[in-house]
Amino acid sequence: MVSIGAAIKNPGSTKNNKTGSWRTFKPVSDKEKCIKCNFCYMYCPEGCINKEYDPDYDYCKGCGICAEECPVNAIKMVREE
Amino acid sequence: MDIDEKEYLAPGHRACAGCGATIGVRLALKALGENTVAVSATGCLEVVTTPYPETAWEIPWIHVAFENASAVASGVEEALKAQGKEDTNILVIGGDGGTTDIGMQSLSGAMERGQNIIYLCYDNEAYMNTGIQRSSSTPYGASTTTSPAGKNSFGETRHKKNMAMIMASHGIPYVATASISHPTDLMNKVKKAAETKGPAYIHLLQPCATGWGFKTSDTVKLGRLAVQSHLWVLYEIDHGEFKVTVKPAKKIPVTDYLNMQKRFKHLDDQHKANIQAYVDSQSKELGLTD
Repeated sequence: MVSIGAAIKNPGSTKNNKTGSWRTFKPVSDKEKCIKCNFCYMYCPEGCINKEYDPDYDYCKGCGICAEECPVNAIKMVREE
Repeated sequence: MDIDEKEYLAPGHRACAGCGATIGVRLALKALGENTVAVSATGCLEVVTTPYPETAWEIPWIHVAFENASAVASGVEEALKAQGKEDTNILVIGGDGGTTDIGMQSLSGAMERGQNIIYLCYDNEAYMNTGIQRSSSTPYGASTTTSPAGKNSFGETRHKKNMAMIMASHGIPYVATASISHPTDLMNKVKKAAETKGPAYIHLLQPCATGWGFKTSDTVKLGRLAVQSHLWVLYEIDHGEFKVTVKPAKKIPVTDYLNMQKRFKHLDDQHKANIQAYVDSQSKELGLTD
């Protein structure tokens, strides 16, 4: 595992680490209300919202920025079961 | 705006929920695209994106010490030039500590030598990674662990270092300020910096939920309030020509921004009035108000 110069040869390998386990609230979107403004996609610190505006729950930490920034309140933060 | 749909900063990184730095860097990388080499000074971003043996970076990336990110980037530039790869973007990323304090001399040297690099400072106004110690970019009044608010001390007593103007004084071709709350403005500036031959410096204000003390969902909102209150003015200096790029429609009181943060909780009305007066004189100086 140890490499010379601590070189890491697998780009994007943090994907092995599912930060979704950090979450206590999860974003749930209402596609009927969505106006495709792109805000949630642009502002996501994880970059885990795709262009269909679905969050990837494997990585979403539940920060709530998408819900806060949504101009039409299409995203609600719901407590994890 | 056309946006590169490819992600160059992978998820799974260990940034706090609601991190502003990763928002800014993610957007900057989208603006630059694949043909980019990144150099990171020590700091939050380096720590959270590369927990060995993992990396969040999808482009070549190197970590170096606080002091020498710009010096190493200069070496990367010369090496690529020798290989005939002059069109590769070289992005240097440092926090406010790595930029305004510890990395200042190598940064100043690289700017003065006219290296063809883009320096992006993600400014969260303290040493957040080591536990919120004040830096020369910490604003007046802010409570940090080394400028605590309490009976015997007030919080930070000095105003923030005006780093963008210090960089402009080097006479480099492109200097800009940016905020994560204004992605189009940020990405346009990064693109412009990449097209500029010679050094470019972008100072990005990036609210930090952990260090400033606010809800993780309010990171972008705080950035917007900073811009709307004229506390953080978005401008660029392109080959000596100064231009304000975002003029807020209405100037809001700076208390709207201060009152949302735990680090300013101890301030009384007089302190807040001092900050308002400082902001007013700054916005006048930059030509936003008469």
